[in-house]
Amino acid sequence: MSLNVAQIREQFPILHRQVHGKPLVYLDNAATTQKPQAVINALTDYYTQCNANVHRGAHYLSDEATRRYEAARKTVAEYINASRQEEVIWTSGTTEGINLVANGVAQRLKTGDEVLVTEMEHHANLVTWQQACKRSGATLKVVPINEDGSLNTEQFHALLSENTAFVSMPHISNALGTINPIKELTAAAKAKDALVMIDGAQGVAHGAIDVQDIGCDFYAFSGHKVFGPTGIGVLWGCYEVLKDWPIWLVGGEMIATVSYQDATWGELPNRLEAGTPNIAGAIGLAAAINWLRQYDAADILAHETALLARATQLAEQTDGLTIVGHAAKKIGVLSFILDGAHPADIGFLLDKQGIAIRTGDHCAQPLMKRLNVPGTARASFSIYNTLDEVEMLFEGIKKARLMLA
Amino acid sequence: MNLPSTDEIIDDLEFLDDWEQRYQYIIDLGKALPGLPESQHKEEYLVRGCQSNVWLISEEKDGKLLLHVDSDAVIVQGLLTLVMAAYHNKTPEQILAFDIDHYFAQLDLENHITPTRGNGLRAIVGKIQQLAKQSQA
Repeated sequence: MSLNVAQIREQFPILHRQVHGKPLVYLDNAATTQKPQAVINALTDYYTQCNANVHRGAHYLSDEATRRYEAARKTVAEYINASRQEEVIWTSGTTEGINLVANGVAQRLKTGDEVLVTEMEHHANLVTWQQACKRSGATLKVVPINEDGSLNTEQFHALLSENTAFVSMPHISNALGTINPIKELTAAAKAKDALVMIDGAQGVAHGAIDVQDIGCDFYAFSGHKVFGPTGIGVLWGCYEVLKDWPIWLVGGEMIATVSYQDATWGELPNRLEAGTPNIAGAIGLAAAINWLRQYDAADILAHETALLARATQLAEQTDGLTIVGHAAKKIGVLSFILDGAHPADIGFLLDKQGIAIRTGDHCAQPLMKRLNVPGTARASFSIYNTLDEVEMLFEGIKKARLMLA
Repeated sequence: MNLPSTDEIIDDLEFLDDWEQRYQYIIDLGKALPGLPESQHKEEYLVRGCQSNVWLISEEKDGKLLLHVDSDAVIVQGLLTLVMAAYHNKTPEQILAFDIDHYFAQLDLENHITPTRGNGLRAIVGKIQQLAKQSQA
């Protein structure tokens, strides 16, 4: 069965609005996805019917809010195939998840240890490790990419050593769309006794994740990239690694006992979740996952593959257009530059036509430098995009070029 | 450099009502901007935007500020020309007296100088006003 995209679009109110007097063509999904009515309803319903603080109330609403909030954790745990619910830590997003882990790693690293990242990192998965290394005296090693934007796996293996303490890499590149062979690379890193983290910000948007199958120690993602609200994210960590992980934020909720001069820490997941959590966000994220799960993962993949294939085909037919990132395995992203036109100009003139893309360095300045481009224009696709919208993108590019010529 | 005056720009843009004509006008202004030689694209002159970069060099002559600007994006070059029309070769008093927000609103381009835009234009305006204040002092 193929996806009924028209029926899916019906569920996204924002896709029916106009911008600059034109129907919105939203192709900035790698930045954030739009929200289906089911998610909007879950948030409204929570604040309309259920709002209360969790885990501490002596009243009906608090019990109900706690039940819904912990049910959301269970939904996420099932969706990513966590072996225990306590392995799911709520964060504000991928960035906080990586920071939580990097903070702990920095406390354990010592001079001579090495941390491995890749040339295709988003700043969130680069600056974190760079700073952790600076603090601890460890060395950051950067695995190069190939000219087509795929990871140089030979170099990955070559850079792995007995000194490798930690490996962090993206599941899917936000700037290029490259899908990394994370399972194979994780296995290689684990064989050297390194801990492995996957930056799943882009990975989570394109299909179900199985953290046990990947074999990593940590997987972080953001709710807003998978049709959920902003401000909620998930850090999954393997229980054995996470159970005595260095604490992150301290305060309420995460403690066991407190005196004026001392404190002891609670159990997972609370010990890594200080303060009142984003309750509505967690419930909204669970609603997003439940919404997404009604569709067949293979159908979604087939649809997104068809969108990217058509976009790539049209891009290759456009004179003076260079696709940035040609990895054999990629999804969701068409990054490109045009001769004689700055990406910002292209983005601006597409916006005027109702077409939303992203332009710039995509929070990956070292990668842009490595690729020797000032930045790119990036169209990124999701479940609700249509082949017609891909055509409109290229009509829009044509018009922009005429104006800039 | 033969810059149009702010009044000429206001008159010109008033006649152009669809977005394509308006931005074609801005693009054409941008192309006519002399810009700066590549060798002057130095870090010290750079005002970094998230999407495009702007360079600004200034000098003072006969009590007036002479401004030389460039951008790597042509629409920003065009917008810079609008800014230059207001500020180039003017006294610090003239610069500080000029209501740039009102000017951009008259041009119906006020969204370009809101702080949310990553094109560095707001930063340039702030920098020029600061230069004017310094030279007054």
